[in-house]
Amino acid sequence: MSPSQPVISCRNVWKLFGPRPESYLAGLDPAAGFDAIRADGYVPAVRDVSLDIARGEMLVIMGLSGSGKSTLVRCMSRLIEITGGEIDVDGRVIGALSERELIDLRRNKMGMVFQNFGLLPHRTVLDNVAFPLEMRGQDIHARRARALEVIELVGLAGREDYFPRELSGGQQQRVGIARSLAIEPDIWFLDEPFSALDPLIRREMQDEFLRLQAMLGKTIVFITHDFDEALRLADRIAIMKDGAVEQCDRPDRIVMNPATDYVAKFIEDVEKARVVHARALAQPVDGQTLTGAPVDGSKTISQLARLLVNDDRAILPVSGPDGRVIGAMDRQQALDVLLGAAQ
Amino acid sequence: MTVAATNASAPMRPQSRPRMAQFLFAAALCLAVAKLALPDGLVRPPDWLVWPFADWFNAVFSFIRDDLGLIHVTRAFADGLESVLDVTANLLYGKNRWPRLGPIPWSVIAITAAMIGYAINGWRLAAFAGLTFVWIAAMGQWQWAMETLSVIIVAAPVSVFLGLLLGTMGWKSARFRLVLNPLLNVAQSLPHFAYMIPVVVFIGVGAKAGAIVTIIFSVPPMIRMTMLGLQKVPSEVVEAGHMAGATRWQLLRHVRLPTARTELLVGVNQVIMQCLAMVVLASFIGMPGLGQKLLQLLQALKIGRSIEIGITIVLLAIMLDRCSKAWAVKQPVHLEKGTSWLMRHKLLVIWAALVAVFWALSLVFPILHEIGRRDALSLAAPLDAIMDWIIGTLDPVTQWLRWFLIVWVLIPLRDGMLWLPFSAVLVFLMAVGWAIGGKRSALVCLGYFGLIAMSGWWDRAMITVYTVTFAVFIATLIGFPLGIWGSRSKARAQAVLLVCDTLQTFPSFIYLIPVIMLFGVNDVAVVGAVVLFAAVPLVRYTIEGLRGVPEAQIEAADMSGATRRQTLWSVRLPLALPTIMVGVNQSVMFSLFMVIIAAFIGTQDLGQEMQRALSSSDVGKGLVLGLAVSFMGLMVDHLITVWANRRRRALGLS
Repeated sequence: MSPSQPVISCRNVWKLFGPRPESYLAGLDPAAGFDAIRADGYVPAVRDVSLDIARGEMLVIMGLSGSGKSTLVRCMSRLIEITGGEIDVDGRVIGALSERELIDLRRNKMGMVFQNFGLLPHRTVLDNVAFPLEMRGQDIHARRARALEVIELVGLAGREDYFPRELSGGQQQRVGIARSLAIEPDIWFLDEPFSALDPLIRREMQDEFLRLQAMLGKTIVFITHDFDEALRLADRIAIMKDGAVEQCDRPDRIVMNPATDYVAKFIEDVEKARVVHARALAQPVDGQTLTGAPVDGSKTISQLARLLVNDDRAILPVSGPDGRVIGAMDRQQALDVLLGAAQ
Repeated sequence: MTVAATNASAPMRPQSRPRMAQFLFAAALCLAVAKLALPDGLVRPPDWLVWPFADWFNAVFSFIRDDLGLIHVTRAFADGLESVLDVTANLLYGKNRWPRLGPIPWSVIAITAAMIGYAINGWRLAAFAGLTFVWIAAMGQWQWAMETLSVIIVAAPVSVFLGLLLGTMGWKSARFRLVLNPLLNVAQSLPHFAYMIPVVVFIGVGAKAGAIVTIIFSVPPMIRMTMLGLQKVPSEVVEAGHMAGATRWQLLRHVRLPTARTELLVGVNQVIMQCLAMVVLASFIGMPGLGQKLLQLLQALKIGRSIEIGITIVLLAIMLDRCSKAWAVKQPVHLEKGTSWLMRHKLLVIWAALVAVFWALSLVFPILHEIGRRDALSLAAPLDAIMDWIIGTLDPVTQWLRWFLIVWVLIPLRDGMLWLPFSAVLVFLMAVGWAIGGKRSALVCLGYFGLIAMSGWWDRAMITVYTVTFAVFIATLIGFPLGIWGSRSKARAQAVLLVCDTLQTFPSFIYLIPVIMLFGVNDVAVVGAVVLFAAVPLVRYTIEGLRGVPEAQIEAADMSGATRRQTLWSVRLPLALPTIMVGVNQSVMFSLFMVIIAAFIGTQDLGQEMQRALSSSDVGKGLVLGLAVSFMGLMVDHLITVWANRRRRALGLS
């Protein structure tokens, strides 16, 4: 398998709830909208979704409740059977796997974190974390050792004999994260992992999560209804509405170029300068003469605010990660992002 | 014109329901008034309408039993069960069977019970459990109590296992559930005696028959709780199991069943309580133990001694109930790191040590081993004296009450019910059904009572109906105000609910003791027992309904300047009524059960015939009678459930 091949690839995925979804889908007019399908007595939870997720990428699926984001992630892990289309995981069609193969895939490749934690109330932290290892038949010493390792990793060392209900919400979700990591999965699904936590803890858990991800470098599908969270974490964001993906792109591109009115409404209140990086505004140099020190392309416009206001160059060179100039940024355009366009 | 046309095309329009119901009510009234002019076929169920169901049942039964050879299967099963029963019987009261180790000294059993109580819920339950056994031993009832317990110890686990098995199957397969649910409905509304007759036919009488009837009777709640518990497992927990790569069996064994723990243990609690209730009643089919003793003493009107036994049964019931309930809510707690083996198993070690100590002591002091009849205490004499005094003091009141009720209420009511043409009753019930749930409910009512008419026991059934109706009416008069009173403050509500809980754990048989004491053996005593038994759920649900009204609505009423009375009548009661009606429903069920049990102190209703069927081992007749009682219950259940659900929806409470 080549490294450039996507880890998860969805092609025209449909999920309909209703009396006879397959035959209904077969006869469905491809242009039929959400309301038309609803009127026929079916609930289109996922509508014609095509997505590729690259190795090591973090895709955040964002949508309001009922937009089908949780259903989509459950289709990817085949907790739910899809009605139409195809999902490949690691190059294999997941819908065609036998029960045994599916179980093997989950035991070795996938981990999932749930909104309400999904912990087993009768097991201690240690036994919860070791549960996936127990399911695949690892012996007790090996699984204890591994479980302790992950518990340490998520910062719960010393709590391994506690029962879930003896822990706070944040701690319980740490257990959920530890459990999902116990088998060292390649693919990591997180279904609104921080939504049930209060805002301060949520922030702390997001930092923790970024720390883990920097360390582990997994392929991640992260579900959230919180746009700020999506902007904070994502490599790419897929925005869903009524089961369909409205736009799927890098955060700053979404902010700069919303594809639909729905997306535009979402980003209305977003402080763009905090999201847009200098590199996103960089245009090809095209033989212009650039003067002076380049600005760091990985900084956001708001981080560059002081420089942008004080500098008097009309065009600023932008540097890439290795320090070389990758393009030129129009200072006026950057100031528009920072302050809003002139009336 | 158009309006009329749309009405006609939609027959279930809200306006047409009361109209049809009114028409049926009027028709019922006409039938009753015109009784003398009616043909005989409308007054009493005519011969062609009465089908020989009992003979058919008997034919089916004897076919299954003899021709299919099921009797060999059941006898083999019963023999297997008997060998297990012999083990517990030997251990608990020294029956001369393998393993011939018993009897275990009573002091050891008492200390074991105390330790179980402590492990589950601390000192108070420990003291209660220990003292219960001390009381039993000291009162010289050890043998009987152990006879009863030795059956429960075997029957309850078998029931739990069967319930888990069937419940899991029912949860898994929708088709199986389709068969199971109606069966459970009938099973849970069938009177105790209806279970006994087939058991007598298949197994015979005695302890093993008692154990088997107990198992059959106590399985349904376990099946229901298993299905409920498995359904209630949060989907995320199941998904977490899937994502951990659990196979189906692993998922059931490690995820679903442990997560449903609380519901399953509530099921275990219900099984234990049903077991106790049944095992006491099984004395009617020769099951030895406390129930048999109580039955003998009651029949001999030995009030003092039957109160002693009653206290023992009540203590056992409360102990078993509290222990199993505490177990259900007990959550695991982690131990500090580095706790030694000894500390981890502290209670087990202490228990083993105490058992050793008491066993040794009982070898030295025989009184700790067994308390003989001669050494036993008895409260019978003082109890009898007190009771005589109470009865003597109350005698004018009870005498008058008895006379008044029999002459002015019960007999006229009964005669009135018997006078009514059966066609009028059926039409009336259809009217009620139509008013509550439309055509479907009307047909349900007609179906249930039509079958009762076809069973050939119409008159007897009407006597049961009148007893139950009257008793529930009185129970409502008592229970409803008591519930309102009890719901005034949180503390009071808790106290009253605790009393109700405790009363509900008592086996139904217990309720007969005080009424026989006060009224003697007659119809008034039966009604009294039914009223007592039926008032408890009414009080309970009235309180729960009234306390369950959302705080916001009460506050809104308060801020609108409503007085306490206005709040009660305009806010609390309307919102609590669906819940209260659930209480009425249970009250009717309980009444039906009680009326049948009370038959042995002399009634002329279905219960009396049931007793006759039991003593002549007439399976068909017993089943027909049992189903007749069950159908009454199911009809009321249907009507109240339909009404309460509709009301809840209308109030936005569901």
